[in-house]
Amino acid sequence: MTVNGRTHVIVHEARVSLLDLLREQMALPGTKKGCNEGACGACTVLLDGARINACMTLAAACDGRAIVTVEGLASADGTLDAVQRAFIAEDAFQCGYCTPGQIVSAVACIREGHAGSATEIAEWMSGNLCRCAAYPQIVAAVERAAAELGAAGRAVHPSGAVQPATVLSVRAG
Amino acid sequence: MRNFTYGHAASIGDAVSAAAGGAALAAGTTELLNWMRLGIAHPERVVDVSRLPELDGIRAEGGRLVIGALATLGAVGAHALVRERAPVLAEACLRAASPQLRNRATLGGNVLQRTRCPYFRAEAPVPERMPWACNKRVAGSGCSALEGGWDRAALFGWTDACVATQPSDPAVALSALGAEAEIQGPRGVRRIAMNAFHLTQEEAARTAPTSNTAAFGVETQLRSDEIILRYHVPADAASRRSAYLKVRERESYEYAMVSAAACLDATDGRIRQLRLALGSVAQKPMRLTEAEARLRDAPLSEATIRAAIVAALGAARPLPGQAWKTKLVENAAVRAVLTAGGIA
Ligand SMILES: Cc1cc2nc3c(=O)[nH]c(=O)nc-3n(C[C@H](O)[C@H](O)[C@H](O)COP(=O)(O)OP(=O)(O)OC[C@H]3O[C@@H](n4cnc5c(N)ncnc54)[C@H](O)[C@@H]3O)c2cc1C
Ligand code: SF4
Ligand code: FES
Ligand code: FES
Repeated sequence: MTVNGRTHVIVHEARVSLLDLLREQMALPGTKKGCNEGACGACTVLLDGARINACMTLAAACDGRAIVTVEGLASADGTLDAVQRAFIAEDAFQCGYCTPGQIVSAVACIREGHAGSATEIAEWMSGNLCRCAAYPQIVAAVERAAAELGAAGRAVHPSGAVQPATVLSVRAG
Repeated sequence: MRNFTYGHAASIGDAVSAAAGGAALAAGTTELLNWMRLGIAHPERVVDVSRLPELDGIRAEGGRLVIGALATLGAVGAHALVRERAPVLAEACLRAASPQLRNRATLGGNVLQRTRCPYFRAEAPVPERMPWACNKRVAGSGCSALEGGWDRAALFGWTDACVATQPSDPAVALSALGAEAEIQGPRGVRRIAMNAFHLTQEEAARTAPTSNTAAFGVETQLRSDEIILRYHVPADAASRRSAYLKVRERESYEYAMVSAAACLDATDGRIRQLRLALGSVAQKPMRLTEAEARLRDAPLSEATIRAAIVAALGAARPLPGQAWKTKLVENAAVRAVLTAGGIA
């Protein structure tokens, strides 16, 4: 599978979820484990460009697919993505546990064209629960990033497109 | 979670024989993984059907929509043909779960999801040591929900053995649309009407081969060696003018307390045809066929519609303290019909 633009060959047990694979075998702890049952959204990643819950997806089902995690949003030189910058500008996080999932989800929400109004953002971000009630700031951040990206930005946003760099790693699990 | 072997089915025949041999079929796994983590299912083999092209796609064929079992709730909800010809199904899909889950959750797996009864869903990895009663988890142990207190308990068709409800939103829409599931098993292909696909506890007890006990796990007409290929959805005048109403504790990302799907063909203030189904009130979507018949050629007015629905709900058997639920579902059903008629 391709993760953040790099191709990996991984050997693991059948029962390993995509979330556990990313966190425990690929050293990508940005994707968080909250409920582990599909309810909180902390584990949101992009699979072939579509946002999904990594906890509800078997790693084996992602064979040949492209994954983008929160670590893959910034460019190679460390420049933050527009959504990440907007989250900082609007102070859209508190405990930080659910923030990576919120950011990945927001990227998809904007790309899908579901960031047209505060109500629409609230509905289409509802898969990411935040218990500290940072919702107003999160909505503001999505609005800000959507405005900055505009229609043009939407088209070029990371969609799991494979970058040239290829690393082969084989791990037993 | 116990480990298992995992492989992709190379063909539908492959999937059917794997299922016949006891393998669990996996589509989006948004339900299956939870079962395995909670101790509800312990398959030794998981066979992924998610790459079988025959099961995918959404298309118009004759006067119908044909929707593959692998179509995700997100894809069905966004599809122009579905939104135009069967809006009730698009709405039901978009009101289910979250955007992330809808990108994985398939329409095939959705109708096979099991109850959200908290006694059924609590984690108990060793079934023999379940510290509470739940007949669906341990046959013959009893039913904790019968004592009341679970808001989503059934109003119709339940037995003293189990009061669980089927929580699917899309299944309610498919029932109201008059859709059929096309199914393949070792003996060939057959179709089941979606309003007969699921079984209430009473129906399951009647059809169970031996005792009541055997019926606890039987919730649909689908046999363990069969696979859902696709759904055939009539796109008639009533389907085109349809609405889904979901009543829940919070605005979004929550299962229904009750829901109602209405398909309505009406002209000049008169109902020509109505198909109406209720969700989360039984272990199946409840089609109100008597009310439908009674309202044929009736005026499209709230009073007439409510009278027919109240009569149909007369058979409700709420658990102690849950009489409010009958009223809630009455109001939801009335509102769904009026919404489909463009007057609510
Ligand atoms: C947090 C959360 C919230 C949710 N909220 C809602 C909601 O509000 N409304 C709602 O309706 N649903 C809701 N769901 C349920 C969700 O829609 C279902 O889990 C999903 O649709 C199941 O599809 P799947 O492809 O993931 O099924 P899987 O998990 O892959 O499979 C489920 C079952 O179906 C079987 N199966 C799958 N495809 C086929 C087939 N083609 N033929 C035969 N058998 C098959 C599998 O063998 C398995 O037994 C929610 C789920 C979660 C986790
Ligand atoms: S209602 Fe059914 S699922 Fe719930 S506790 Fe009773 S037997 Fe178990
Ligand atoms: S950890 Fe995946 S949704 Fe909560
Ligand atoms: S950011 Fe974690 S609870 Fe709000």
